Amino acid sequence: MMESLEALVSRMASVLPAIDVSLVPNEAPGGPSSLRVAPQDGRRAAEFFKSDPGLRLDYLSNLTGVDWPDRVTKQKVKSKRLVDGVEKEVEETLETRTPGFLEVVYHLYSIELKHGPLIFRMRTADRMAGVHLPSMTPVWRGAEFQEREVFDLYGVRFDSHPDLRRLLMWETFEDHPMRKDYVEPNDYEYEPTAHDEVLAKIKERDSSGVSGTA
Amino acid sequence: MDEGLRGELSRHGIFTTSLEGLYNWGRKNSIWPLQFGLACCAIEMIAATMARYDLARFGAEVFRPSPRQADLMIVAGTVTKKMAPQVVRLYNQMPEPKYVIAMGACAISGGPFKQGYNVLKGIDRYIPVDVHIPGCPPRPEALLHAFMTLQKRIDAQKLTGPSRPRHLVEEAPSEFPIPDFGPHDLTPGKNSAIWAPPRKAQGV
Repeated sequence: MMESLEALVSRMASVLPAIDVSLVPNEAPGGPSSLRVAPQDGRRAAEFFKSDPGLRLDYLSNLTGVDWPDRVTKQKVKSKRLVDGVEKEVEETLETRTPGFLEVVYHLYSIELKHGPLIFRMRTADRMAGVHLPSMTPVWRGAEFQEREVFDLYGVRFDSHPDLRRLLMWETFEDHPMRKDYVEPNDYEYEPTAHDEVLAKIKERDSSGVSGTA
Repeated sequence: MDEGLRGELSRHGIFTTSLEGLYNWGRKNSIWPLQFGLACCAIEMIAATMARYDLARFGAEVFRPSPRQADLMIVAGTVTKKMAPQVVRLYNQMPEPKYVIAMGACAISGGPFKQGYNVLKGIDRYIPVDVHIPGCPPRPEALLHAFMTLQKRIDAQKLTGPSRPRHLVEEAPSEFPIPDFGPHDLTPGKNSAIWAPPRKAQGV
């Protein structure tokens, strides 16, 4: 049995100086909690996970990406104000904007000690220029293709990856299709029961006078 | 030659045929497919060649590993946008006369992946398809049926006149443009000379 994540976080804090790691609880019943590791500490944490005699997490089973777009949360606030000389209660809506980021989730197992998974995640600074994360390929060789896939579909740049090229799409492709704001080509041709978004796209295409993609 | 004379001659051990009949008979009974599969439909295609379904009964058991030696391209499976130029290139490398069977929902329309970012919405946008088989995947019997359909069509072809097959029309193209990898999609998205979107039945 692996130690609890709380114990692991405190042990990492004592063993690795000034490491930025925290627990991400999972609210779902029985859902596995995970660790969030700061990108600058990623390599150190990974080496620790692999070499620590109590963990020996020698197998990276899976890594994948998650896109968290910018979020706007609205909050209604009531306040008293003077309107035309009369004090009235006015309701205002406050908007708070949370900047988005890309996240990569890693699932680790130990073949040697037969335990797992340990789930840890790293988040990029933003979704535009700061999409850099340390590559895990030097630690777990199996990360190479999966990191290429995440780079292809989400646009996360893995620093010190030996061969960071697109894996699934062609090399001159410019988009990252698994991002939430990916705009697919408007090439709807024959939609017998078009509705909602598809209908709007067909109308937009028809009004622009271009038929199909050609 | 009328049927009565033909029957009379064959009773005496003399068999007669027309050049057209002989030519089509030879063509339709030795259609050698190109040995390539793109996805799960290829497994059904392989099953169709094995002992239980036995494609060899139709003279098509010789799957050729080179497009130069193949007559038939069975597009068996999902054609991704990354793969589509290679499929068209293989088709261009096949010698005339050549035929295409689009096998399965993906090959004829994109199937469950239609409108996805990476899947072509049917190979008939870039190369002329002779027989379409729906199904996900089609059973081997469906492939055999497509085969027999193709054989019937070859058998019925006239070698002269305006309805003669493409390989006998000098100005007909035997090569088709290979699409390029664009920044967002394949360019062009279709070969307008051979494919147009189906017309809407109702005025929208």
